[in-house]
Amino acid sequence: MNSLWAVTLVTLVKDIRLEWRSKDALNSMLFFSLLVVVIFVFSFDPLAEESRHIVGGLVWVAFLFAAVVALNQTWARELRNQVLDAYRVSPAPANALFLAKALGNFIFVSVLEALMTPLFVIFYNLRVLGPAWQLVPIAALGTWALVVNGTFFAAMSLRTRSREIMLPLLLFPISIPAVLGMVAGTTSILTGENSAHFYIVLLLTYDVVFTTACLALFGMILHAE
Amino acid sequence: MKRLFPILSVCTAILLAYALYQALVVAPTDAQQGDVYRIIYYHVPSAWTAFLLFFINFIASIQYLAARKPSTQAAAKWIVIAIGVLGVIACFLPQVQQSLPTGMRPSAVATTVLAIPAFYFLIGKYFPAERLDVLAVTTAEVGVVFCTIVLVTGPIWARPVWGIWWAPGDIRLTSTLVLWLIYVSYLVLRKFSNSAQTQMLAAALAVFGALDVPLVYFSIWFFRTQHPQPVIGGGGSMDPRMLHVLLVSWMAFLCFAFLVCWSRFRLELLYREIEEGHAIESLVGSGAPAKASLPLGRRAR
Repeated sequence: MNSLWAVTLVTLVKDIRLEWRSKDALNSMLFFSLLVVVIFVFSFDPLAEESRHIVGGLVWVAFLFAAVVALNQTWARELRNQVLDAYRVSPAPANALFLAKALGNFIFVSVLEALMTPLFVIFYNLRVLGPAWQLVPIAALGTWALVVNGTFFAAMSLRTRSREIMLPLLLFPISIPAVLGMVAGTTSILTGENSAHFYIVLLLTYDVVFTTACLALFGMILHAE
Repeated sequence: MKRLFPILSVCTAILLAYALYQALVVAPTDAQQGDVYRIIYYHVPSAWTAFLLFFINFIASIQYLAARKPSTQAAAKWIVIAIGVLGVIACFLPQVQQSLPTGMRPSAVATTVLAIPAFYFLIGKYFPAERLDVLAVTTAEVGVVFCTIVLVTGPIWARPVWGIWWAPGDIRLTSTLVLWLIYVSYLVLRKFSNSAQTQMLAAALAVFGALDVPLVYFSIWFFRTQHPQPVIGGGGSMDPRMLHVLLVSWMAFLCFAFLVCWSRFRLELLYREIEEGHAIESLVGSGAPAKASLPLGRRAR
């Protein structure tokens, strides 16, 4: 158990340091979601009342697309110089690698969300009518739901042709309940019409179920030969 | 076995024709919807067949993943038994009964839960480990076809009856659509993946898909459904004559699905045999003895 956390921490710190120096994933994600926001602003020109109903959907669609940009780069780094093969023959637990990658992606996407949310507020003149603090658990649980499956499917699509296209094709159908929970939860908080408790429970269930499934199957995916 | 195939084909053709005759002529016209309701004799049996095929795909994928190591195989066996026992007991607890959607009978849910261990052991008994993946790809492909029929016939019926083609947020419509999307992505993965790892990746994706469907169902729990209540095990009611025709139609569809699966299964086996032959040929070189090359010379079993 100790070695699991030790390897996780080492790999996570290595990933964050690499990202800090290159800023590849974060810059491309930021610019990508900025473009999505701008295109949405041109496409829809809603009143303040309407925008509360649609922004939940727009925000999460933008983050979902941006997350795919980052997720696609997750494993690409490990393919150069056969790092992944070296990892495969080492006695380090496979799940440590997975957890580190998922946590790293979680941090990157969370940073993106923290930077992009003010832009949405400015462009759409948002004012939250419900309990705003509930947006934090929805964002955290929703982001984890995206990145945990995204990291898994990115590892899976490594072994396919045209892997950059494969990831969204695999990830989006499975993510539908999570996306629905995030969008409906965010909308109900923004409009203040319904309670978001149900969606928080839904996202929590989704996270627990799929984190377990990913951890149970990742070793098999990594060592598949 | 091989001689059975043409006989079964003829029987299926007769049964399908009989079901069509029953559906169009014998079944009484619905008092409210008129003749348009007759599409359910294709819609509902396709749905049941598709769900059954996806269920078999899930079980075959689990078996495939479990068969890789003896220890996981034993663990999976006990987990499946535990699911069967606990699931049936849980269905009759008052707390669980209250949370079931209205109209869903606990005995029907218990029967569905029992199907998991039953299918698990049946498939494990009749399909050796190397054929489980063949079974999985077969049922996924045929299941997608039947699910497509469901998704096409549904809106055709809904337009005159509901006045809309599609009810967004409806629990049954959405979960069926998501199921279809998951299995299409499953087939895309199989198409795009090269190499020997495809089978394992596909099996993992099937498990993810099966975990996803209950969550989809749960996520739209609060939305009302416009879809008619299920006829069997649910709160829906139906004229016995209509139900009779529906069951005849289902039998015909099941036979048809079985037939298609059977031929697809044989095709996939042959295809893999050819691949294996090619692999051996390239390993041994062109000077290899003829019998190690293509197995096309002999007849398919």
